[in-house]
Amino acid sequence: MDTFTTNIQLVYVLAAACFVVGLHLMNSPATARRGNQVSVAGMAIAVIVTLVLLIHDGSVTGVGWTVLIVGALLGSVAGLYSARTIQMTAMPQLVSMFNAVGGGAAALVAVYEYIHDESSPGGVLGTTSVFTVLDVIIGSVTFTGSLIAAGKLQGIVTGQPVIFRGGRVLNAALAVIALGTGAFMFTTASLPALLILVLAALAFGVMMVLPIGGADMPVVISLLNAFTGTAVAMAGFVIGNWALIVAGALVGASGGILTKLMADAMNRSLANIIVGGFGTGDTAVAAAVSGDAQVRSIAADDAAIQLAYASKVIIVPGYGLAAAQAQHGVAELAALLESRGIEVSYAIHPVAGRMPGHMNVLLAEANVPYPQLKEMDEINPEFARADVALVIGANDVTNPAARRAGTAISGMPILDVDQAKSIIVIKRSMGSGYAGIDNELYVNPKTSMYFADAKKALAEMTAAVKTLVA
Amino acid sequence: MSTALVTDLTIFVLALLVGIEVIGKVPATLHTPLMSAANSIHGIVLVGALLIGVTAHNAVGYVLAFIAAFFAAANVVGGYAVTERMLKMFRRKAPAPPAPAANGQAPGGTAPDEPPVPAQPVPGARS
Repeated sequence: MDTFTTNIQLVYVLAAACFVVGLHLMNSPATARRGNQVSVAGMAIAVIVTLVLLIHDGSVTGVGWTVLIVGALLGSVAGLYSARTIQMTAMPQLVSMFNAVGGGAAALVAVYEYIHDESSPGGVLGTTSVFTVLDVIIGSVTFTGSLIAAGKLQGIVTGQPVIFRGGRVLNAALAVIALGTGAFMFTTASLPALLILVLAALAFGVMMVLPIGGADMPVVISLLNAFTGTAVAMAGFVIGNWALIVAGALVGASGGILTKLMADAMNRSLANIIVGGFGTGDTAVAAAVSGDAQVRSIAADDAAIQLAYASKVIIVPGYGLAAAQAQHGVAELAALLESRGIEVSYAIHPVAGRMPGHMNVLLAEANVPYPQLKEMDEINPEFARADVALVIGANDVTNPAARRAGTAISGMPILDVDQAKSIIVIKRSMGSGYAGIDNELYVNPKTSMYFADAKKALAEMTAAVKTLVA
Repeated sequence: MSTALVTDLTIFVLALLVGIEVIGKVPATLHTPLMSAANSIHGIVLVGALLIGVTAHNAVGYVLAFIAAFFAAANVVGGYAVTERMLKMFRRKAPAPPAPAANGQAPGGTAPDEPPVPAQPVPGARS
């Protein structure tokens, strides 16, 4: 029996190693697929060896097997179905849902373990209980928080920050209740206390995400991803399983890094984002655009002339592109321009879209080769050489106001779109972006506005270019 | 602190550091697949769900085990499938982009009036 357990542990170490190698191979698009496959292999090993352990142990009842197998099969079908059918524009929702179920499952492991321990004569073990409490709190917060985030992304819950009087007090109260109950549970085994803990953590998850607005979603999803990882690692402590600890720590690290990258790309602290809303206190600064500034709009034919006779075009996609499902349209226009020998590249701001790297996936779906997708630091020096910068549904990340002090977005790293020789902005209206301030780029004498839905605008421009060069 | 706990904590901290080191190198292009891959990795909680099934002998236990197994399986299977689907889309086209680009443009019926010029025009010649 002892050798058996040791061997099982060794296999778990092998699975954990697969996860590390798999993530390492994600360093390059060329090897990323192999990385995912290595990771799948690790997971298969871990699950199979666990089944071997259960069979060997022999204490699982018939009902227990049925419950586990049916649950896992139904879950697999649900997961597979959503993975196959989801649109790439809806990827943030799906990732959020996976965060929710992962966090939920981790919380359930701890809840079960606690109930199980509590009903045994010896009561709970002190050390187990610390991780149990943490697992329940983090897992439950992730569960409801991710559900609300997915709801916001899907449009079921409003994307606007939901802020009401007393919200912060309520949050603080919930946190105090959760932590207080948790502390109580370290010393005393109590089922009602567990129930209070779960409910308080679930409510806290809802309250944490509700005040956060749509454009902050890349940060929120990353943060919830880190939470899920941490919850799974805590579940690993609870049941004493290394594979869970390692996998959870890896995911926690991944989510943590992405959270920091996203927050930096908005020049906002995590606390600021969680507390919610943009421009709290300095709303009066908005009037940066002087009243006599003229906005110039442009027709498809004129835009086509600018594009067709350029030698270098940089496309700046934003959430508007995703919302309009215009990724194929932009790829078609770019391919047309390239066939005329025009150098086309894409400038991707780190927080463009609704999750980290969202734009890259959309453009990859439209067959844009990934070497054309340039990160902010790489592309910014190139704007000065670009004849046309084509901005599609991006707003705050192009606003030169970020370079000055005293605006809601001051200090946020932006794409230097205004350095291009001419700028075409496709946008549905003059409405301001998430930060709620006017975009000075739009009144730049070099800028022409094309007011239309991104998909329609791109189709019109493509047609105009074709007519022009035919 | 028990020895087992110290071991667990050591593993946790080291894995965290390995994760930071490995994931810090992933390019922004792959951040969405990275997150979805990480998502499927935390589906390892399925192992946790299976292990609690060992001790489940009453209704509450079965219900919890069922939900946990459902959630975790959806997480792991869906996560891997969607990551694979995304990664399949990332391609580096051969360094001669005009050919595939021209194929893509067939429906328009407009032959380019000149063969694709190697991308070396005088920068800034037109504005």
